[in-house]
Amino acid sequence: MNQRSRLSLIFLQIFIASLLFALMGRLFYLQVAAGPKYKSAALSIQSRDVVTPATRGLIVDSSGVPLALNKVGLAVTVDRTKIDKQPDKGVAVLKDLSTLLNLQYADVWQRTRLCGELPKGAKAGCWTGSRFQPIPITKSADPQIALQIVERSDKYPGISATPIAIRAYPGIAGVNAAHLLGYVGPLTDYELSGASGRSYFRSESIGKAGLEIQYDKFLRGTPGIKTVIVDRKEAVTSTSQNTKPVPGNHLVTNIDIRLQAAAEKALADAVRRARGAGHRADGGAVVVLDVNNGAVLAIASYPTFDPNAFETGLTVQEAKDLYSESTGVPALNRSLQGLYAPGSTFKAVSVIAAHDAGYSLTQNYQCPASVDVGTRTFNNFEAKAQGTISMKKAIAVSCDTIWYQIAFDEWLRDGGLKPKSDAHDYFFNAAGRFQMGTKTGIDLPSESKGRLADRNWRRAWYAQNKDFYCNYQSRTTKSQQTPFLIQLAKENCIDGDKIRAGDAVNFAIGQGDTVVTPIKLAQMYAAIANGGTIWKPVVAKAVISNAGKVIKSYPYEKQGNIDVDATTIAFLHDALHEVTVSGTAASAFAGFPIATAGKTGTAQVFGKNANGSAKDDTAWYASFAPADKPKFAVVMMVSQGGFGASTSAVGVRQIYETIFGVKGSQVDPTKALFLNNNPPVKLPKISPATRPAGEKKK
Amino acid sequence: MSSLISRNPYRRARRQSAFAGFDPVLTGAVGILLLIGTLLVYAATRDWYSANGLDPQYYLKRHVINIVIGVMLAWGTTVIDYRLLRAYTPILWGFGVLGLAFVLLPGVGSTVNGAKAWIPLPGGFQIQPAELAKISIIVGISMILAERNHDSDTPTTKDILRALGITAVPIALILLQPDMGTVFIISASVVAILGISGAPTRWVAGLLILAVLGGVVATKAGVISGYQVKRLQSFVDPNADSQGSGYQLRQARITVGSGGFIGTGLFKGPQTNGRFVPEQQTDFIFTVAGEELGFLGSGFIVLLYIIILMRAFAIARRSSDPYGQMVCTGVIAWFAFQTFENIGMTLGLMPMTGVPLPFMSYGGSSMFANLIGFGLLQNVHARHRG
Repeated sequence: MNQRSRLSLIFLQIFIASLLFALMGRLFYLQVAAGPKYKSAALSIQSRDVVTPATRGLIVDSSGVPLALNKVGLAVTVDRTKIDKQPDKGVAVLKDLSTLLNLQYADVWQRTRLCGELPKGAKAGCWTGSRFQPIPITKSADPQIALQIVERSDKYPGISATPIAIRAYPGIAGVNAAHLLGYVGPLTDYELSGASGRSYFRSESIGKAGLEIQYDKFLRGTPGIKTVIVDRKEAVTSTSQNTKPVPGNHLVTNIDIRLQAAAEKALADAVRRARGAGHRADGGAVVVLDVNNGAVLAIASYPTFDPNAFETGLTVQEAKDLYSESTGVPALNRSLQGLYAPGSTFKAVSVIAAHDAGYSLTQNYQCPASVDVGTRTFNNFEAKAQGTISMKKAIAVSCDTIWYQIAFDEWLRDGGLKPKSDAHDYFFNAAGRFQMGTKTGIDLPSESKGRLADRNWRRAWYAQNKDFYCNYQSRTTKSQQTPFLIQLAKENCIDGDKIRAGDAVNFAIGQGDTVVTPIKLAQMYAAIANGGTIWKPVVAKAVISNAGKVIKSYPYEKQGNIDVDATTIAFLHDALHEVTVSGTAASAFAGFPIATAGKTGTAQVFGKNANGSAKDDTAWYASFAPADKPKFAVVMMVSQGGFGASTSAVGVRQIYETIFGVKGSQVDPTKALFLNNNPPVKLPKISPATRPAGEKKK
Repeated sequence: MSSLISRNPYRRARRQSAFAGFDPVLTGAVGILLLIGTLLVYAATRDWYSANGLDPQYYLKRHVINIVIGVMLAWGTTVIDYRLLRAYTPILWGFGVLGLAFVLLPGVGSTVNGAKAWIPLPGGFQIQPAELAKISIIVGISMILAERNHDSDTPTTKDILRALGITAVPIALILLQPDMGTVFIISASVVAILGISGAPTRWVAGLLILAVLGGVVATKAGVISGYQVKRLQSFVDPNADSQGSGYQLRQARITVGSGGFIGTGLFKGPQTNGRFVPEQQTDFIFTVAGEELGFLGSGFIVLLYIIILMRAFAIARRSSDPYGQMVCTGVIAWFAFQTFENIGMTLGLMPMTGVPLPFMSYGGSSMFANLIGFGLLQNVHARHRG
């Protein structure tokens, strides 16, 4: 062997030895240094969590009648991971399936698209869950059809049919309560990511709105998890963990299902009445509270939707309609999300402000047809010139001019456009004591905050909009600069941060920039009714386990006091009762056997509808009853509903008829909803079979 | 032509028995590998086959048969007179080339993993001519480069060209399959043999450069099929192709890594029993060792390869004649690069090429070729000491 060969051999030996030691080093890295990482990677490859969703708890009314329960449905699902592998991406399969299920192909296609896959504006009806969940096309398939799908798996690859528990809103006593109850749906990727602080499983459902989302953590229970070890063909080789699902707890509410149904019907009737009278009546809301504790006995919004539709499957059109202006945005819960000027219903607050300012409530005041405030003339809106009348009468007939005068005088006293540092601001003050600019804190999601257009709000508004008005010349074209707009812009630019005389007088009659939600107005009238306590409206009464144990109870909560003396309260009770006797609601309550108190409101709305027509007035009726010993507060609102008296007051009377068991002008105590008009205090026994008291057996 | 330096004072002059020529360390190490390999092939197939209603010992039985045949071939290779081997070499080479040509005929060769490399035989067996071609090339070029009828102890240019000529034909046929792994291993062997043959450095360096250039050009010009390119690319980015070759490489790495230091225990690996790594009784047998035997077991296997190869180097160095040295070197390069390619692929160091792990992977042709290679080492050990 020559030297070169020898060197070559040594070189080769060293080279090969280093290759093999490199393998050894890599092996050490993979198995020892990075071993734990690969162990967990292997575990996620081998193990599958089979999730058995827990049965969702029931939602029942205060007597135990179910508002939401579960039933067994037959789901036909599409597995996107499978149909996407078809050469045509599953088009043929989905077309066949649509024909079989008698559905529109376009709907089925849309329903099986992930929301992220669709362009903005075309997402209606899309699948909010993930690609890896079987997407239900329907949850109430015909068993015969389901059988066809299961038997012809070659013709329907990626399609399966399985029995599942579905959420059902049985609508007992004709109740809808869609906004109150909400609905359930698939988890979004955000929820699955655990960012909300809770971990979920893909196959679970989650509350999406209303009580279903508010009390989801109690209602949902804990799903059963079976961890199985699978092989490459996904065949189960062993089970490593198995926990049984724990059913969700039941939610007992303060709602009375019969009252809820009656309130919904009264609201729908009111809308129909308003439309019959030529008003647009594009929506409405009604709230019934127990004035002595804030318990929400009924709450409804119009237009509404069918909460069951989410489980059976929405068509694209249905999904679009939920948020469409042309259908009145049924998804909007107007009782807590709708903001409307309170109109004359606000005069109850103005009475308190006037009394605080030293105005006698027993004296007579002028109620002319109009009052000049500075350079502008403010007219009586609901009433004509009444001459000299008492304050009580002024409330009953809803005189505006008396408030213009008082508010203007007080505005001047407070310094007018140059406000004193110690301005009394009686009107803002009184409204503030009702907590008008804050939420009521009701235990339902998405409540809107009202707006109390006082000095602070005005300043904040000016800071935001100053430039908009001051730069009107550079902002608009010459042709747009009409004298009115120039005037408006100049005014707002110069003293937009100040309460002007017009703002002050509008405030006193509930017009202008101040807006409230129907639930807030109901809370305010409940406070007047009970002598001044502001109760937080509560829907939930208690959470009860399957075994009947009380998991959590929701005590009534005081949120403050309107701080009004007993004389003023007594005056308000008397004056508001007078409204139903000789005032604006007299015809609505004619012959009603129980004394009630209330105030109509017909609030002007500025702005235009989509078709260019001016917006119609908001029809309010805020009330409580019985007038002498108040127990219930009822507020009804129909937006663009015309007159408060003919539209809403009549609707509220309908609700009182149900509560008190009134037939014509007679009271039948056996027909009254509650014994001695006291809603039940005791918690009911929970059973899906419970039916309302007094319902005829079928 | 003997060298004083390489001469070992210890000489084994007589052979008392048929096994007297066997080097005990080499034989012991190969024996242990065969035993571990048998257990791993069983572990890789047992659960899956019984779960699918098949004979769980199907692969075990066949593997044992392969080993028995292979051991007989090894024994035959050891005891055969090397002059006879030389005489048979052209015939062996001829059969190898014929087999490689035959496999490419339409309707004959069966395609596994994109390479048309197997001739199916009755009874479910199949032959891979490329495996046997390795032996004929190593023995063939060693023969040409060792036979010198002049005084120089370096081969002539003519000899080198002849050697390259007899290498080029089978390599071209294997390229057509295409089986890049085998081409890589044969090329490495040929360069190694040339390197120690005393051939001028320019030849060795030139061939090395040619091999690298050939690889680049083949990839660029599309000689390497899309399938091959995909496999090479998935080496660069194992996450690129989640269900194809990238999937296999990632699964292999996870399986090996999940074994940790001591492993899950033989027959107890969930990745192996779930058969998440394809081809785990053949090309990916090392994943079974990684998962079930852990770093202790799989590191021991790598150590056995190091022992075998270092022992083979010792045999080569001790050999008195260039032919024996060259055969040894060829076999060493073959075993070493095939082992490195296979385990390196499993651990994510090398691209996926589909070569079996010597002495361990299931597969008749490969097992026979490996054991014949082992026999060649023993033959040199027994006969060609100076």
